[in-house]
Amino acid sequence: MDYVIMVNEGPYNHQASDSAYHFATHALDKGHSIRRIFFYYDGVLNGTKFSAPQSDDRNIVKRWAALAEDHPVDLAICVAAGLRRGITDDSLADGFRITGLGEFIESCIDAERTVVFGD
Amino acid sequence: MTHPDDTPAEIVVKRFLYVNRKAPHGTIYALEELEMVLIAAMFEQDVHLAFLDDGVFQIKKNQKPAELALKDFSKTYGALEDYGVEKIYVEKESIEERGLTPDDFIIPTTVLRRDDMSALMESMDVVLTA
Repeated sequence: MDYVIMVNEGPYNHQASDSAYHFATHALDKGHSIRRIFFYYDGVLNGTKFSAPQSDDRNIVKRWAALAEDHPVDLAICVAAGLRRGITDDSLADGFRITGLGEFIESCIDAERTVVFGD
Repeated sequence: MTHPDDTPAEIVVKRFLYVNRKAPHGTIYALEELEMVLIAAMFEQDVHLAFLDDGVFQIKKNQKPAELALKDFSKTYGALEDYGVEKIYVEKESIEERGLTPDDFIIPTTVLRRDDMSALMESMDVVLTA
């Protein structure tokens, strides 16, 4: 199955990005593909390079980047939602890129299934 | 030799449903979902909107969010028709629980019972909820 995943909540504040991450890793392990993970609403905060969690906790931002390093997954942040929340090229973490909602809609059209993680 | 660029690509039209479940203000979900719908309308897709739970308040007439220094985007729902977005559904139980009727809404809507709303969702290719 070829998936596109949407993440609609910020890291740590909400479990949605954890759930999305676990879904993604298990889907990839089982041989499925994920063409894009699109971050919208507060989900854009998953891509801030200024996140500095305590050392005994998971690092959600770096965990996404590592996933995209190991697999051909596009970590896409919505430009409009990002601008509202201070996510720009200057604050963007490695492994992510900023794009528009249009690319997300395109991937929904192209992928076999869209899965949304949110509140 | 073939020239793929000369051949018009077959357009895939999927059934998209945007599910609005949250009140218009208090959180940003309604506004950003609406922004997504406006972008999505530029693609030649079969777009549907559903309003349920407190989401039915998003299309209520006579909103005055300016009094709380909030952006009034409710009028934008009235422009959806210009974007070709005309398949708009509200859940019967949700509006009745809140003392609303279709006359309270800015835009024409189709009222669906909860069971029929489930069936509508089941018939979609892509369901985007907020």
